[in-house]
Amino acid sequence: MSILAPAWTALFYLVAAVCFILALKGLSSPRTARRGNAIGAAGAAVAVVTVFLSARLENIPLILAAIAVGTALAVPVARRVQMTQMPQLVALFNGVGGGAAALVAVLELGHSGDSWVRLAVVFTMLVGAVSFAGSAVTVGKLQELISTRPLLFPGMPAVMVLVLAGALTAGGFVVLTGSAGWAGALLVLGLAAGLLLVLPVGGADVPIVISLLNAFTGLAVAASGIVLGNVLLLVAGTLVGASGTILTKVMASAMGRGVAGIMFGAFRGGSTAGSTTLSDRPVRSSSAEDVAVQLGYAQRVVIVPGYGLAVAQGQHTVAELATALTARGVDVVFAIHPVAGRMPGHMNVLLAEANVPYESLRELEEVNPEFANTDIALVVGANDVVNPAAKSSPGSPIYGMPILEVVQAQQVVFLKRSMRPGFAGIENELLHDPKTTLLFGDAKDSLSKVLGAVKIL
Amino acid sequence: MDAVTLLTVVVLAVFVGFEVVSKVTSKLHTPLMSGANAIHGIILVGAVIVAGQADDPWLLAVALLAVVLATVNLVGGFVVTDRMLEMFGPRKTARPGGSAGAGTGRTEEEGQ
Repeated sequence: MSILAPAWTALFYLVAAVCFILALKGLSSPRTARRGNAIGAAGAAVAVVTVFLSARLENIPLILAAIAVGTALAVPVARRVQMTQMPQLVALFNGVGGGAAALVAVLELGHSGDSWVRLAVVFTMLVGAVSFAGSAVTVGKLQELISTRPLLFPGMPAVMVLVLAGALTAGGFVVLTGSAGWAGALLVLGLAAGLLLVLPVGGADVPIVISLLNAFTGLAVAASGIVLGNVLLLVAGTLVGASGTILTKVMASAMGRGVAGIMFGAFRGGSTAGSTTLSDRPVRSSSAEDVAVQLGYAQRVVIVPGYGLAVAQGQHTVAELATALTARGVDVVFAIHPVAGRMPGHMNVLLAEANVPYESLRELEEVNPEFANTDIALVVGANDVVNPAAKSSPGSPIYGMPILEVVQAQQVVFLKRSMRPGFAGIENELLHDPKTTLLFGDAKDSLSKVLGAVKIL
Repeated sequence: MDAVTLLTVVVLAVFVGFEVVSKVTSKLHTPLMSGANAIHGIILVGAVIVAGQADDPWLLAVALLAVVLATVNLVGGFVVTDRMLEMFGPRKTARPGGSAGAGTGRTEEEGQ
């Protein structure tokens, strides 16, 4: 249908673009975030209705059916997913977006006579394919379907160089000739590049990669805007590309890493693997009752929640324990590492779900000076974010990451499932420290036992 | 549209993109990433255009696949972001600081 005149079409796309800007702006503050997201969704709805009313389209029933299928697939998953699995889902949604952009570009190749436009086609295909394959690997790593340790094989850097050179060659032929065969080769090489780029990334750095691939998909969408001559795609994609890049940098610096170091660190070799053998040195383990006594008679307790807490769905129990301790006059705060959980800000989402008030959450810079006058640091299912190796051993994959300095506290209690190392795959010296005690078990079970024991003190 | 106009649009969008997220608190990194992720699902507009112009059954099939993927990105992205933000609601900020976790589990029921 072509009900809308081009000027109105452009105007509605402008409305949608402004909605997206307001959405990103709103998402930057807790007060306005939800409204911001709703504005973004409204903008998207305006844009989709506009395209149906303005472009000359065939196959409308089939297109509407495809949209219905996509909605039917996405909504139940988005509504039911556990908060702990949020990073996987974001990565998944990002990957399919990248895939869609690559497919759109492939299909437009036949319509693009101009070699500048074909350059945009090549860019969209390559970046979209990298984002799709890379996101698939991050989902695999986060679901632990594949190893969270950096995966490397001998000669990998050389293979990567060959793949990139091949992709550039194929891309060059596509620009010059518009050949579908070369376009197919480009797509395959793009997928290979995505795999090779993300496989060597260690588990601890996966969140940064998700954010980076998010920015990549944004750029692919922006380039598809040039391919289709659609300003909305260009603006929306560029917005996401730019904001995603900034967000990636902010997160990387919260982890004390450079983005380039994360992406290519494993290629430079040596440093990230190794040092993972479990030592059989003794640790001091304890009972729930002893931990309850330690906590119940402390003046000040800092709880450090980690991903293990989330996996065990223990966020509600830990909130109850904090309440019980507060009722006994113990000063309780939660120390939130910026990358606690599996994604920056993930732990804030999980604790918000359990109704822990903002006021008792402390960020890293705020809480670190307070550990020295803390009686007990209770580390629940966290490991890498308190690992002193980040400060003391330059060879370690987490070296340079700011940590919560629980080692400064009078005593440290770890609730852990096993001696298994954290997501980064390295051992934690702190577990063998004389002031550390461990309570083994599922985080939720241990917390329930400790909570029960605190209540009868 | 001519190249200079497109370039102008891109450059301005880059600055807006940098500006709007530069001051975001780390508490909101996950929802922000998820929300930005939903926005690039607008590739759905592109997928609809190519599907509407496809004149060959195979091309149409590929285009419809792109429509499905883009819809998953767009709709799923906004829904999941909303679900996360639902939990950052004002009810909790209003509560006094000492009573950590009072009423645990309540929001979960209300939120579903």
